[in-house]
Amino acid sequence: MSGSATITPPGAPRTGSDAGSTGRGPRWSAGRITLLVVALVLTVAWLVPLAWAVATSLKPEGETTKTPLEWFGSRITFEAYTKVWESGELMRWMMNSAYISVMTTVLMVLTCAMAAYGFTRTDFRGRKLLYGLVLAGIMVPPQVLIAPLFTEMVQLGLVDTYWGVILPQVAVPAMVFILVKFFEGVPRELEEAAFVDGAGRWRVFWTIVMPLSRPVLAAVAIFTFISTWNNFLWPFLVTTDPGGMTLPVGLVNVQSSFGVRYAQIMAALVIAGLPLLIVFMLFQRQVVGGIAHTGLAGQ
Amino acid sequence: MTTATAAPPSPVTKGAAAPGRPVRSVHRKWTEHGLVFVAPFLLVYAMFLVWPLLSGLGMSMTSENITGREGEFVGFANYAEALTDPDVWSSLWNTVWFTVLSTVPLVLVGLGLALLSHQLRVVQWLWRLSWFAPFLLPSGVVCLLFAQMIFPSGFGLADQMLAAVGLEPGIGWLSDERYAMLSVVATTVWWTVGFNFLLYLAALQAIPVHLYEAAELDGAGAWNRLWHITLPMLRRTTGLVVVLQVLASLKIFDQVYIMTGGGPDESTRPILQYVYQQGFTGYRIGYASAVSYIFFAMILIVSLVQPMLSRRRAEEAAK
Repeated sequence: MSGSATITPPGAPRTGSDAGSTGRGPRWSAGRITLLVVALVLTVAWLVPLAWAVATSLKPEGETTKTPLEWFGSRITFEAYTKVWESGELMRWMMNSAYISVMTTVLMVLTCAMAAYGFTRTDFRGRKLLYGLVLAGIMVPPQVLIAPLFTEMVQLGLVDTYWGVILPQVAVPAMVFILVKFFEGVPRELEEAAFVDGAGRWRVFWTIVMPLSRPVLAAVAIFTFISTWNNFLWPFLVTTDPGGMTLPVGLVNVQSSFGVRYAQIMAALVIAGLPLLIVFMLFQRQVVGGIAHTGLAGQ
Repeated sequence: MTTATAAPPSPVTKGAAAPGRPVRSVHRKWTEHGLVFVAPFLLVYAMFLVWPLLSGLGMSMTSENITGREGEFVGFANYAEALTDPDVWSSLWNTVWFTVLSTVPLVLVGLGLALLSHQLRVVQWLWRLSWFAPFLLPSGVVCLLFAQMIFPSGFGLADQMLAAVGLEPGIGWLSDERYAMLSVVATTVWWTVGFNFLLYLAALQAIPVHLYEAAELDGAGAWNRLWHITLPMLRRTTGLVVVLQVLASLKIFDQVYIMTGGGPDESTRPILQYVYQQGFTGYRIGYASAVSYIFFAMILIVSLVQPMLSRRRAEEAAK
């Protein structure tokens, strides 16, 4: 079942995740009903802030700060959404975010998979030393590099460019480590057979190794896409031009210009939050598996 | 893999498939062209991780400002200044205090939610949606939502809830020094607990069923099974979750910057925000680098010491 964090070959020992689908049916004892009630209360607690944002965004401006608590205004209106959408900036930032996240994810998966393959399946002078150097990089949080990295970007002329946002997020040593661990567990027979048949290294990598690694590559890609889409600090530092901002940075940047138009702010937040939530609802299992696998294996 | 058969040798495998000695050529292919594969990664890695790491160390010993003009070499003066700078100490303290306040609930609530969801076995999608979905929102969305519609005095949801149950509203959730940090912590718990929830859920699903079946045969009740099977089996995961959480909490910036701007009276300002203020609004890149390195040293200590402690504990438990 894909809810499980580890990506293992078929035939692995039976674990708790199988029991949910094949095991005995649940009995509704008093204890279990209590647990259900607790879970439902917590679910409501977690959903209330989101519901409040949506409710506010659907009120007419001017009724958003009423007390006592009112979930619905005098009428339900989409005025705030049309106003926010018409200003055009939101669409622009969403496009920037999409471009930056897709490019970062593709480049990250490609360079890290190639590097991991090189470290596990080839030999060259200094291989162990270089791999050690990459592993050491796992300990370096990108946040401590902001000052020198920004100076470097000024020197390279990459401030306020897409590449300035993308490049520092591409080389992630933890991802190489995850992929090395995966490649080490893949039997070499298939690749050997292809070599005997005369296939070249590059071809073996593309037609055998990459397809075999699809689950782990998907996990790593999903994790990277989400963290790039949501990243705040670095894009915030390296973009000053509003036209080049990513969605989270743009929102924070213009919050003051909304003034007290709370319905519009909330409408902007709902629009900004929706893309990943929709992706999540469509691919819940893959996202959950990708996050759990990458989150655990990264250590 | 039929696609691989009868493929013409690609340009990168020159000298491959020498007739009559297939074994040797296969062995050669195992080991050659490695550098081609690792080069793209290493190039980006060297340029955007290794180089800034080294140049930052250099900069921390200069009086460099943000324009990139060479500053003068000042030795360890920046470090000496940082260690006597009360703002460094207060931001470090705020960072540590936030880490303590947030890690405890994030780990315990994450575990609790995972146990609930795993135990119930029904409508898993609902639990995952409500507890994990906030994690997928950008920090900007979460923090603006809480700062603009939940924590404001009077019409904010937090105050309205207090009023609805008959308590005194008008609490300065973000503007009162007594509550600002707690409000930031509450926002963070709501936002990111889903990640720990997922890690615990995955660990729960990986516990072999036969352990429970055996315990049930022996007549162990639900509490016994939780106490003697589930929690011990989660010990390793808990170690991981705590380390990951401490490291993540130490890097707090977004929530404070967006919600309180470090206030009131700098009482929530974390060390990363101080680095940002010194380097990017105060233009003292050299000094900001030095403060970054002090922060880096702190993170290194945590990431090296914590696994060692948990390993020793595991060894003691094994005896």
